[in-house]
Amino acid sequence: MTHTSDKPEGITDYFASLMADMTPAATGFSAPVVNLNRRSFMQLLGIAGGGLVLGFSLKGPQAQAQEQGALAFNAYLQIRPDGKVIIQAPNPEIGQGVKTSMPMIVAEELDAAWDDVEVVQSPINAAAYGMQFAGGSRSIPQNWDTLRRAGASARAMLVAAAAARWNVPASELITADTAVHHRASGRSAAYGELADAAAKLEAPQTVSFKAVSDYKLLGKRISGVDNLKIVTGQALFGIDQVQDNLAYAVYEKCSATGGKVVSANLEHIKTLKGVKDAFILEGNGKTGELMPGVAIVADSTWAAFKAKKALQVEWDLSAASDESWADIKHQAMQLADRVPATALMESGDVTAAMTASGNKAVEGLYTHHFVAHAPLEPQNTLATWNTDGSIEIWSNTQMPGRAVTAVAGLLGIGEDKVTLHLIRAGGGFGRRLINDPVCEAAAIAQRVKGSVKLQWTREDDTSRDFFRVGGFHAMKGAVDSNGKLVAFEDHLISFTENGDAPVSGGALNQLGFPEGSCKNARLAQTLLPLQIQCGPWRAPGSNTIAWAQQSFLGELAAAAGRDQLEFLLEALAAMPEPNPQATSPAMNKHRAIATVKLAAEKAGWGKTLPAGRGMGVAFYYSHAGHVAQVAEVSVDDNKRISVHQITAVADVGPIVNLSGAEAMMQGSVVDALSTLAGQKITFENGVISPLNFDGYPLLRMNQVPPVEVHFIHSDNPPTGLGEPGIPPLAPAIGNAIFAASGQRPRTMPLSEEGYTLV
Amino acid sequence: MADFTLKINGKPHQISNIEPDTPLLWVLRDTLGLVGTKFGCGVAQCGACTIHLDGSAVRSCSMPVSAAAGMNITTIEGLASDKGELHPLQQAWIDNDVPQCGYCQAGQIMSAAALLASNPQPTDAQIDSAMSGNLCRCGTYHRVRKSIHDVAAKAVSAKTSAPTAG
Repeated sequence: MTHTSDKPEGITDYFASLMADMTPAATGFSAPVVNLNRRSFMQLLGIAGGGLVLGFSLKGPQAQAQEQGALAFNAYLQIRPDGKVIIQAPNPEIGQGVKTSMPMIVAEELDAAWDDVEVVQSPINAAAYGMQFAGGSRSIPQNWDTLRRAGASARAMLVAAAAARWNVPASELITADTAVHHRASGRSAAYGELADAAAKLEAPQTVSFKAVSDYKLLGKRISGVDNLKIVTGQALFGIDQVQDNLAYAVYEKCSATGGKVVSANLEHIKTLKGVKDAFILEGNGKTGELMPGVAIVADSTWAAFKAKKALQVEWDLSAASDESWADIKHQAMQLADRVPATALMESGDVTAAMTASGNKAVEGLYTHHFVAHAPLEPQNTLATWNTDGSIEIWSNTQMPGRAVTAVAGLLGIGEDKVTLHLIRAGGGFGRRLINDPVCEAAAIAQRVKGSVKLQWTREDDTSRDFFRVGGFHAMKGAVDSNGKLVAFEDHLISFTENGDAPVSGGALNQLGFPEGSCKNARLAQTLLPLQIQCGPWRAPGSNTIAWAQQSFLGELAAAAGRDQLEFLLEALAAMPEPNPQATSPAMNKHRAIATVKLAAEKAGWGKTLPAGRGMGVAFYYSHAGHVAQVAEVSVDDNKRISVHQITAVADVGPIVNLSGAEAMMQGSVVDALSTLAGQKITFENGVISPLNFDGYPLLRMNQVPPVEVHFIHSDNPPTGLGEPGIPPLAPAIGNAIFAASGQRPRTMPLSEEGYTLV
Repeated sequence: MADFTLKINGKPHQISNIEPDTPLLWVLRDTLGLVGTKFGCGVAQCGACTIHLDGSAVRSCSMPVSAAAGMNITTIEGLASDKGELHPLQQAWIDNDVPQCGYCQAGQIMSAAALLASNPQPTDAQIDSAMSGNLCRCGTYHRVRKSIHDVAAKAVSAKTSAPTAG
């Protein structure tokens, strides 16, 4: 392990490559299901290279042990002679519901009854499943065609097998409820009876998909496939994994990013009850992999936790973060007015429009603090180092393929020596896209030559998070004498860790709106150096840009003396027409307007409200989803906020699982409100606080408002719902607070301005 | 180090050679393999570790094993009947598709079960009060509340529709 410089290497480059791989263009992975190589499914499960299997009957004791004679149609689908349909769920389940929704797409095109389906988590195999990850709300759009093809091609093979058996044309056959039917003769054959013959056929080169109107399963409410295990407390999560001769580990890293271990009281630690070993790991200098620290290995989690409290480490802080929020804020305040000469985008002349006679100019400085991911399951990974120099890992990572690569590189072994079992995660929100806990567990297991479960404490999870970056939006704008938007400027003061690119979540994304709806617009960013670790947090960038820009649009509506809804709709209508030749998803003003109008209608916009109560609306387009939200709130003289109702409308194309989709939108509203209300991570001399939920308030049940969710079931390609519900909530609340009280909040969290959520 | 007898889900368990200050949570998880009870914060702030001690909801991460000895401990694994019939709350959780990530849900169900055992018809305010110690990071609170109400409503209808003697 080598260091190339004193300062640690951050995750900016890692994320740049990740984001490139996650773009819609890069993830159009849809061909493999039909172009099949004849390799055994067992090979796939055995991680022996890639390939998709077709017509390969599993034989031998290994196969029987695996699936009792199940017949593999492709990497996603097996059918057992008893009629059970086994569908592989390829992507990480972090609470976004893809372990249920992705197999539903296969089952729909297969025409399998959902009760006949058994879902299993697939192996990690890029050749078979493409890039398996949970990020960017990409699981559904990336896999939509692939999953449909997996189901439809198997269905065609089953139909062909039935046609051959009955000697009738395939065109006379229909499928329903896991069976092929021939109406003319009244014959039916269950898929289980046909599987052996069908799986031996060639897969069709082309398949046709069902029309949305023919869906029997998609769009219905389906309960999550792991729900029985969850409610009965069966082993399911990363923290629940066990292996024989398991040891329990903790890993203490410096509380300031970049600190290195000089020495530690290892000999004392080793004398503590239950402690088996304690040692220093130098690390590879990468914050996203293995930073320097002290590992303690014990015979129970509690013994390891207790020993960690007794640990005394002398840190070399020469290359560590010594940053403080107060200093950063001071610098930012001095820069707010200094818009860089080179803008990210510029049209017309903002300065002239701001000062033109008859125009009304508005300015506002919006501040958002750093926040933590705080998944309820603190980071953990189980790793087993085998005597043959291979390693087996059980982890709840959101980015399993990259975890394999990172571990192989870190341990100096081939990727073929790394087997990763993907385990359900107790929340992700972007945190588990970074594989530092996986690398730590792997390094400790290699050192002790055995099985180790690494468990972070809650305090570890908070202090060593990759935070949603804070920042400052210096907003300017103007309306003309007719109350129309004529100028819009956003100068974001953000951060860079490598001196070049913005940190993850710290770039000023260009949505196109509202800067595209007025003649004079400018977007610019200034980047300050930062060593504090930052990473993607649910709807990165959008979650704070929406707050500043869409709140400020509300300020401009007020300056124009106009109804906020009417002003918003006018601004949306002024956007350019969508480009029909566009190859990647983009905001479409007609879809935007439809969501805003429906949200306003459902919320009863314009109804008479008592004094101290008001409504606010916001629209945002992120992760290919169009979402509008209306908030109805009261504010009292002591800045106590009651949220009476949130109305959310989304256009994300056809809905796969209505229950899951509604849950994502309700959960996004709760998450965004929770974050807006009182969450704040701060730092002084590089040291993070607060560290646990007593100082980092998550919304509790008594604070949660009713949330009404509506979907516009458009014929657009389906897209994900993990993220796009987040961004509009904060500005909708900010605009509602203004409507209710005449006060404009400009700080996230609101608690910084003295507001409390009741 | 000490030995304890714990009565968990109706069965006695001998725990030997354990530090008396070990939280019950880690005895359940690491020693006994009852992993349904979850670790979230370690300081009784999140409720993921909620179990029943003599019928009351308590946070097992902050309860030393020594204090639980001799008491009736119920964990999520013991909530269903001996025959495997789900507790009505467990069934309602599945019917309403409550879980998102699912990590907090054992704790949510244990808090709700303790509530309904003492107050079969809780109001919204009483639900808020009983459930506000359980964090859900995913925001499933609407469905948690609905599920508690559903079970309470079914209990009423079961009572009123029960056949009467004579």
